[in-house]
Amino acid sequence: MLHIFCPHCGELRSEEEFHAAGQAHIPRPLDPSACTDEQWGDYLFFRDNPRGLHHELWIHAAGCRQYFNATRDTVTYEILETYPIGARPQARAQENVPQLAVTGQGEKV
Amino acid sequence: MSQRYRLPNGGRIDRSQVLDFTFNGQRYQGYQGDTLAAALLANGVDIVGRSFKYSRPRGIIAAGSEEPNAILQIGASEATQVPNVRATQQALYAGLVATSTNGWPSVNTDVMGILGKVGGKLMPPGFYYKTFMYPQSFWMTYEKYIRKAAGLGRSPLENDPDSYDYMNHHCDVLVVGAGPAGLAAALAAGRSGARVILADEQEEFGGSLLDTRETLDGQPAAEWVAKVIDELQGMPEVTLLARATVNGYHDHNFLTIHQRLTDHLGDRAPIGQVRQRMHRVRAGRVVLATGAHERPLVYGNNDVPGNMLAGAVSTYVRRYGVAPGRKLVLSTNNDHAYRVALDWHDAGLKVVAVADARHNPRGSLVEEARAKGIRILTSSAVIEARGSKHVTAARVAAIDVAAHQVTSPGEWLDCDLVATSGGYSPVVHLASHLGGKPLWRDDILGFVPGDAPQKRVCVGGVNGVFALGDALADGFEGGVRAATEAGFKAVEGVLPKVLVRPEEPTVALFQVPHDRNTARAPKQFVDQQNDVTAAAIELATREGFESVEHVKRYTALGFGTDQGKLGNINGLAIAARSLGIGIAQMGTTMFRPNYTPVTFGAVAGRHCGHLFEPVRFTALHAWHVKNGAEFEDVGQWKRPWYFPRGGEDLQAAVARECKAVRDSVGLLDASTLGKIDIQGPDAREFLNRIYTNAWTKLDVGKARYGLMCKEDGMVFDDGVTACLGDNHFLMTTTTGGAARVLQWLEIYQQTEWPELKVYFTSVTDHWATLTLSGPNSRKLLAEVTDIDLDRDAFPFMSWKEGLVGGVPARVFRISFTGELSYEVNVQANYAMGVLEQIVAAGKPYNLTPYGTETMHVLRAEKGFIIVGQDTDGSMTPDDLNMGWCVGRTKPFSWIGWRGMNREDCVRENRKQLVGLKPVDPSQWLPEGAQLVLDPKQPIPMDMVGHVTSSYASNSLGYSFAMGVVKGGLKRMGERVFSPQADGSVIEAEICASVFFDPKGERQNI
Repeated sequence: MLHIFCPHCGELRSEEEFHAAGQAHIPRPLDPSACTDEQWGDYLFFRDNPRGLHHELWIHAAGCRQYFNATRDTVTYEILETYPIGARPQARAQENVPQLAVTGQGEKV
Repeated sequence: MSQRYRLPNGGRIDRSQVLDFTFNGQRYQGYQGDTLAAALLANGVDIVGRSFKYSRPRGIIAAGSEEPNAILQIGASEATQVPNVRATQQALYAGLVATSTNGWPSVNTDVMGILGKVGGKLMPPGFYYKTFMYPQSFWMTYEKYIRKAAGLGRSPLENDPDSYDYMNHHCDVLVVGAGPAGLAAALAAGRSGARVILADEQEEFGGSLLDTRETLDGQPAAEWVAKVIDELQGMPEVTLLARATVNGYHDHNFLTIHQRLTDHLGDRAPIGQVRQRMHRVRAGRVVLATGAHERPLVYGNNDVPGNMLAGAVSTYVRRYGVAPGRKLVLSTNNDHAYRVALDWHDAGLKVVAVADARHNPRGSLVEEARAKGIRILTSSAVIEARGSKHVTAARVAAIDVAAHQVTSPGEWLDCDLVATSGGYSPVVHLASHLGGKPLWRDDILGFVPGDAPQKRVCVGGVNGVFALGDALADGFEGGVRAATEAGFKAVEGVLPKVLVRPEEPTVALFQVPHDRNTARAPKQFVDQQNDVTAAAIELATREGFESVEHVKRYTALGFGTDQGKLGNINGLAIAARSLGIGIAQMGTTMFRPNYTPVTFGAVAGRHCGHLFEPVRFTALHAWHVKNGAEFEDVGQWKRPWYFPRGGEDLQAAVARECKAVRDSVGLLDASTLGKIDIQGPDAREFLNRIYTNAWTKLDVGKARYGLMCKEDGMVFDDGVTACLGDNHFLMTTTTGGAARVLQWLEIYQQTEWPELKVYFTSVTDHWATLTLSGPNSRKLLAEVTDIDLDRDAFPFMSWKEGLVGGVPARVFRISFTGELSYEVNVQANYAMGVLEQIVAAGKPYNLTPYGTETMHVLRAEKGFIIVGQDTDGSMTPDDLNMGWCVGRTKPFSWIGWRGMNREDCVRENRKQLVGLKPVDPSQWLPEGAQLVLDPKQPIPMDMVGHVTSSYASNSLGYSFAMGVVKGGLKRMGERVFSPQADGSVIEAEICASVFFDPKGERQNI
């Protein structure tokens, strides 16, 4: 069971208080109508599955109910950092954050 | 003298306390302090079970958790049955009842055993796969019987009368294992002031110190153990957990410990006591002092009862005062095992011979044995044992270890006990639970834990530090390191003096050669629990299984509850030799939690019975119970399903309830609907983005139905949201979707649109909702409220504040039945009083309480959907014929808009929600039934849709349904067919989904 530092509560708490909410840093296109079906499909369904560092979105569901991001090693399960929405990670995964060429992105993710 | 193998003195047992117990129906006696295994051996019980595959008689081999054979069924009554208990880990208590888990008609005369003898050669690995392959569809049939024949204990048929629980801990240092290294580590960590937990799986702390020949500071080692325990008990920050197996090493230093609190006291826990407890520990640092398991040698017929691990023999002699035989032959490849011969000799028993695989052993223990006149045969080993139900002789022959050959015919030595030692395997299980790869060390001929990201220290035997003095020092040092890393001061300690014995190196010997090749030699067992032989492993490699994980799966080596404790290294060594590679290159298989079996009771803890899952009751629950409601589970809620009167069944009750609502007035407890209070200057804009329809023009005092989609354009929740103020809304959600929807709102507000100032609060439990529905609802409500209910003053889809039953209330005029309806919301703790006033006032109107079933019928008559019943996550608003609820011109690209405009979502011929009317009105379409256009087509038929909701009893007088049909909205009046399992076909007409009051006049009266 992971031990996760909630950046809002400022405490290490047990995994059972949290839910994982998938890959982090996937901004909703600012103008979805400008996306092709394929681009929209990429945004909706396609996610990285890296061996190594992975930026993830979590919610402290049974705590402060705030979302935050975590950088986790998918091999060792070490969590290198957790950081609030809007901040950039210190430890960077190898993969590039997916880019949607034709559309702008929200900045706050 | 019933205990004929009990030594006249010695052992850590209390001979004044005689305990009666039964094994396979036979009565025996043992002493307080015995394990069940010790007591069985004391009574000369040699066969404890039959083997898994060949049904060979098996006896006790070990003295600890590594025991592969003595896996018994314990329990004096049906309710207290516990399967798969190792006799070596079960303390004896008065009245203990144990049975073998297999063997028919008994373990001594077993029918399957005869088959095993004949079938031995016929049952190679993969036997079942190879034999029961054809026809493939029969595997399910075969499997049932194969599993039954294999039999490994059974679960009780009655409820366990005992209670179990959990305990959560945080500690600075968790020390696993209380042998010499673990005790020293706990001492060092404890003295530093750290919060320490020391856990050990045995009945007593001390590990090998409880049966060692060595002295500490010139005193028996057990005295030092007692002193250390005394000191640790005096430390307020130290917790000692005995009979507590650390079974799992999980992420981020979270470890689970299975403690058997009262299993040593009796068949049931004493009144008021918990039987077992699962400790869930988050440890700052972990000290693994799990020690080492002695490795047996692999030789012919090494599974006949009377073949044992050398160290186990010493344990039985010195700790339990039991000699599991009279005449011992010891076969070893190391010095350490010689202590067994010395212990045996000192107990006045006959050591027939020691066979040492080494050429010229000269270690101090060897010399001590020589000095006592014990016969030592060098460059030799026991190559096979003889005996059907017990060992009667052992064949010792000269061997060439390097060439893996027997070099002399050898001689048969009469004996009744063969003890073997093939070296020591560090217990790396816990260190590997998180995937850490163990490292092979040639110098100790074993795997030790490799590097791992976990904050842990490995000390003593698990680290390959075997000599007693070294293990103590390593443990102490490890304890200091763990404590200082956890932020505590380093302490110094004086460790007890131990006699240093120069030991000579162990020679690498795993499978002992035989003068016939492995396939033709008597069976040489590697894993006795899973009945895996050396020949099976060789065969697996010949058949192309080269990876260690494949060999394991093909042969079952180290499967299940065994987790490769005794057989793992020997199996690897045999596979490696067979493939011509080194053991390091072969690698190990994964070790997985749990280290030893854990009872379901300990896993469940208190989470069983009514505490299995939280149950939610509305504020009016007691009233529903009093009025005879049958309940339905909706999520965690208990909702009234229907209110039967005078022996009515569901159909009769629902018909009556429906009629009452349509004719006069009914009452529904709608409190379970999710309610989310939404506030903030951007609340309205937020609703515009989250809902499919527009919210810009909803005035204060008004309410509106809304649909919610996921980004893919598929409907996922619905409900009515009311505007309470310019910046204030109250959203209702489906009962089951409340938590999901709240999280949905939060993720968008927090991650996508943090600039929107809007706040969400769940108020589901704060408000109780009483729905009055039916043509008389206005008249009834008027009697208990001061709100002006006039048709024009309080129109449909609006809400008002006022007093109902003297209590402040919000009343919403919305309708899920199609009738004139008022939803009265009051603070939940006033709800019962308000209800009672409404019920009293409702008598003249035949006010009828109704449940979810009637609610479903009434809404279906109106064609109102239930998300999750009429939708399945693949339906857009257009599919539901609810395009009217889509704000196609809203400026912001709201959630679902892009998704529902994908090519696939706008194509023709999607499945669409329609009404279905069985042509024969007495027929009822089962929900979920598939629909076809032509019932005469060959199977598999071309299916065009399915039934989502269907009701027989209602206020329409005929059965009706809703369902989805490909292109259904353009097929009005056409027929579809539903072929049933019994061969009959129900024919239905596609119609509009609004069956009742299609113009919607009744809700506007």
